Formats: sequence, C-alpha cells, structure tokens
Amino acid sequence: MWAFINKLRSPKWFYAISERLLPWFWVAAAALILVGSVWGLAFAPADYQQGNSFRIIYVHVPAAFLAQSIFVSMAVCGLVYMVWKIKVADMVAAMVAPLGAAMTFISLFSGAVWGVPTWGTWWMWDARLTSMLILFFLYLGVIALRGAFASRDSASRAASVLAMVGVINIPIIKYSVDWWYTLHQPATFTVTGRVGMPMEMWAPLLIMVLGFYSFFIAVTLMRTRSEILRRESNKRWVRELAGERH
Amino acid sequence: MAFDSFNEFIAMGGHAPYVWAAWAATAALLVAIVLHARAERRQLLRHLRRRARREQRLGADQGEAARVSHQSGGNRHDT
Repeated sequence: MWAFINKLRSPKWFYAISERLLPWFWVAAAALILVGSVWGLAFAPADYQQGNSFRIIYVHVPAAFLAQSIFVSMAVCGLVYMVWKIKVADMVAAMVAPLGAAMTFISLFSGAVWGVPTWGTWWMWDARLTSMLILFFLYLGVIALRGAFASRDSASRAASVLAMVGVINIPIIKYSVDWWYTLHQPATFTVTGRVGMPMEMWAPLLIMVLGFYSFFIAVTLMRTRSEILRRESNKRWVRELAGERH
Repeated sequence: MAFDSFNEFIAMGGHAPYVWAAWAATAALLVAIVLHARAERRQLLRHLRRRARREQRLGADQGEAARVSHQSGGNRHDT
C-alpha cells in the first residue's frame, strides 16, 4: 500500500502510466460522445411537453455533472497536496480548474438557451441557477488566485484552500432544487435509481455523461503530463526524454 | 428515428435556434479544449528539444559549465 502511495508521489511514474492509459480514454470519449449525440439528437423521442428543445439535456446535464465533479476533484487534490505534499495532486488541481470553468459555462449557457422556450426566460435568480453561477465565479477565483502569487507553493496552497472551502457550494447546488423549488426541475437521475424518463431518453443521456467523464479524464491526463514536463524540466529524466526525441 | 426527413431534423420542431445554439457552443468548446491541450504539449516538447540540442552543442566545448549556467536560470548564453 505504502509502496503504491510512494509511486503516486512520483511525477515520473505518473508520466509513464498516463501515457499508456491516455489512448483508451480518448477512444472511449470519442465513441461515447458520438453515439450519445446521434442517439440523443436524432433517435430519442421528442418530449411530450417540451418537444425537441429537451434535446439540450444531452449537453446540459453531462456538463453540469462534470462542473461539480471537477470542483470536488480539485478540492480533493488540494487536500492531498496540503496534507501529503504530493506535487502531482497540485498539478492536476491546476490543470482541471479551466476545464471546470468551461463545463460550468456550458451548463449555464445551454440552460439559459433551454430556458427561453421552456420557461419563457433565459435567466431567473432561482437557487440552482444562482448556485451554479457562484460555482463559475469560484472557478475563476481559483484560477486568478493561482496566478496572483510569485511563489508557486504559496499559489498552490491558496488555491487548495479556496477549493476546499468552496466545495461547500456543491451540496448546496445538489439540494437547491429540493430546498428551494422555484424554477429548475429536480434531478433526472437519482442514486436510488428512480428515473423519471423512458429508457430511449435516458440511455443516450447516460452515454453522454460517461463520454464527458472520459473526455475530462483524457484532457486532464494529457495536460498534467505537459505540466509535469514544465515543472520538472530541470530533472534528469525530463532532460533525457527531450534529448531522445530528435 | 424521431424525424421523418432531414429538413425536419434541422428544424427541430421549431426549436432549431435553441437546440443548435446549445449543441454548437458545447461542440466548439470541447474542440477548443482539445486543440489547446495539444498545442500546449507540442510547444512544450519543442522548447525542451531545442534546449536539449543547445546544451549538446555547448556541452561539446564547454562541458558541464553550460548545464550549470542553465540551471541557474535564463537562456542567456553570451559567449
């Protein structure tokens, strides 16, 4: 167990193992998103109330899931970095922040566009919408904070603390539709397995969610590999790696 | 198939602007994210390779000195 954790500490080990994993996640992401898109856009039946505008769900929900999961993973990385000083955890945290902001933006934008035909408004200060907007600002805050320090360690610690404090917002987002039910509909998927949709509608949604998660993992692995080379550029193994690839 | 023709598919039962705007924005952002990650990696590798070549050249006549000067920061080699 400890040997495994010690390996995890090593950026070199992470660089080697991620190289082998990366192609699988790219293939999974491409295949799942392609199948989910075609199924969701062309084959899933139209909603009896919302008509075809409900097809926005297939980008809206996966993006919103990722937006929240990425923030949680960033907070976990922050904790791991603060407690065990594992550098790779901080690199991952730094690389996922812009991706999380992008996913939050997608969910807000697609939600606003969806709101026009469905609610008759693109924005309302509903609890779910507001807490997602706060999530977006938290992401921007983490990114800005990281850029605001001359010392990398100070920047990493400040960003870690903000991520760990900001993660409070995640349960608020989750339960906002139950606590203050004003505009946004409650969850489509629940842990207890209650699905308020026929299979032809939720199957492509599930595929899209899995595709988005694979995409997130692939992008994170790829960018963390770049970050490892950047931060470890003076290490012997990186020098040797660069020397080999003429 | 939920649509009878391609034109109906594009029209999305009158919801075309909403459906396609949301999907297009998502697709554009995902593609941009991938392109950015790829450009970032290429740029970094190019930089590292160039540095490795420069050090090899310098290493031929200056030995370890080049490496030490590089590690102390900066890419300035005035000689």
